[in-house]
Amino acid sequence: MSASTDNSKSLFGYVAEFQTASDLYHAAEKVTEAGFRRWDVHTPYPVHGMDHAMGLGKSWLSAAVLVGGSTGFLFALFLQFFTQVSLYPTVVQSKPTNLFTLPAFFPVTFELTILFSGFTILFGLLTVIMLPRWNHPLFNSPLFEKATDDGFLMVIEARDPKFKKEKTHEFLTEIGAGKIEEVAH
Amino acid sequence: MAGPSTAENNVHPSEAEGVVREPLVLNDRPMSWITDRICGIVENRQPFIWWVLFVPSALLFGLLLGTLVYLVSTGIGVWGNNQPVAWGWAIVNFVFWIGIGHAGTLISAILFLTRQKWRTSVNRAAEAMTLIAVMCAGIYPGFHVGRFWMVWFLAPVPNANGIWQNFKSPLLWDVFAVSTYFLISVIFWYIGLIPDLATLRDRAKSKIPKFLYGFFALGWRNGNRQWRHYEMAYLLLAALSTPLVLSVHSVVSFDFATSVVPGWHTTIFPPYFVAGAIFGGFAMVLTLMLPVRKLYGLEDLFTHKHIDNMSKIILLTGTIVGYAYIMELFISFYGANKFETDAFHLRILSGPYTWAYYCMFFCNVIAPQIFWFQWARHNLWVVFIVANFVNFGMWFERFVIIPTTLARDFLPGQWGYYSPSTTEKLMFAGTFGMFMMLFLLFIRFLPVIAMSEVKGVLPQSDPHFPDWKKLREKRRKANS
Repeated sequence: MSASTDNSKSLFGYVAEFQTASDLYHAAEKVTEAGFRRWDVHTPYPVHGMDHAMGLGKSWLSAAVLVGGSTGFLFALFLQFFTQVSLYPTVVQSKPTNLFTLPAFFPVTFELTILFSGFTILFGLLTVIMLPRWNHPLFNSPLFEKATDDGFLMVIEARDPKFKKEKTHEFLTEIGAGKIEEVAH
Repeated sequence: MAGPSTAENNVHPSEAEGVVREPLVLNDRPMSWITDRICGIVENRQPFIWWVLFVPSALLFGLLLGTLVYLVSTGIGVWGNNQPVAWGWAIVNFVFWIGIGHAGTLISAILFLTRQKWRTSVNRAAEAMTLIAVMCAGIYPGFHVGRFWMVWFLAPVPNANGIWQNFKSPLLWDVFAVSTYFLISVIFWYIGLIPDLATLRDRAKSKIPKFLYGFFALGWRNGNRQWRHYEMAYLLLAALSTPLVLSVHSVVSFDFATSVVPGWHTTIFPPYFVAGAIFGGFAMVLTLMLPVRKLYGLEDLFTHKHIDNMSKIILLTGTIVGYAYIMELFISFYGANKFETDAFHLRILSGPYTWAYYCMFFCNVIAPQIFWFQWARHNLWVVFIVANFVNFGMWFERFVIIPTTLARDFLPGQWGYYSPSTTEKLMFAGTFGMFMMLFLLFIRFLPVIAMSEVKGVLPQSDPHFPDWKKLREKRRKANS
């Protein structure tokens, strides 16, 4: 609560409802234009092109997964070469164990690459979207429950530097919001 | 991304060529209807037939536990395995269940990457089925090792004598492949569930469901700043699961193909196994979803179009499997290796299990050919019966591959015969009980169709075509 502009310290922000995905999309373009930063749209499904309307770039989760997958790949090679070649060579059916037995190590290397990538996706995702966080001021809003059903909602937070209690309310009406609800902390 | 276009040319991309496509959700259902219908399954009392199915399934599951206790306390000899048939029903059933477990991730991953939007109504249930089938599969090799309490020897840690696993062994590859597949499928399924759990959380009236759904929904808020990472995560998982799903049954087939046993030592095994797994998996999805669709009134979400598409996949993969059967025979003839030729001669003409071969061939290759006809794909009874032929036939395929081959190897002096013991039969019935029981519990407690994904493929969910309804009517008129 650093940049609370006017009176109410306990105001979290506004939840505004729009009629259709299309209305919300165009409203989001206008909010981006107006230069708001602490805001989001909440929809029952990911709306196509909304990242563009909100001026958001590509998610960088893929970069984290590249690192995770590479770790898995290297770990698998280390595990197999270290244990099979130097620590305890298992000679079965007089098959050799040395650097050239690489093809026999492909399946496990492949699987561990995928496994490490998968866990990086899960934990990477939870990290970037900052979950789990079981409580949130938005859960106080009855209107917000529609986000998981059929509502197209926009939330502008009070801590946004551009947020002004009356002006933002007017602005939301202007860009086509129907119901607007104040959410307290 | 579709940019702004002139009003006249503003045609939805799916209808760009003037074709009115069959909608994925019938009767122009609004989003709230979808939420109510699917959450209703979880929130309302289950129909009587749910209990009629659940109670015997749970009893069969109890039987499974009983046979396992009997097995561990007595010894692996309670199974019918012998020399030379050391891999009896245990491995047949393992491969059978793993195969069934392929449809889920195929639907969620490969059909996602290929932009098959119809997958959204099917993927959740298919993924749940996958997880349950892999659990059923895991029981068999676990107990087949003989001393179940020594299963930890399979994990990549040195055992008590400081001996490490043999990473060149296909059996160890299998451990990695199956466990990776299970874990990735769990992650995929769970990430897909998070938004729907949030829906259930927001609708829950009483305290305990609210707490539990809320706990597992992790506080998901459906914000676009979450969705954009979520979509990337889903895409990445789909991209990784696509080679994974193809690799799992390939690795399972290596258990056979890298051995020197005639009848197993063939390079066609990996693609043949993968096609068979997809084939069997889709058949099981249809077997489960046709009754679910009827019972819970999901006809508008799981439409004839879905059933039609899945029947076509069954036809395609069944024909690939048929090609593999015939190619195996041809190569054994063309390869002119005496042991190979004899192995297949015994398999199809003079061996003790030829009946199983023809049973398999009929169920897997002949029966699905009826799907060339549209009336067959649109008649639910025909689809259901053929799907069950496939379930049956795919089990026989594994039976043909395993005991038939092992019972007749190089020297006639080693030849033997195998028939399952009562314990084995009861155990197999028990895994079916476990499968049904867990699937029924899934229907009871979790959304059976991925709501957030179905909402995303509705015509009104595309922000770029607000007047889709008018456009569609116009197209219809122009066409007629």
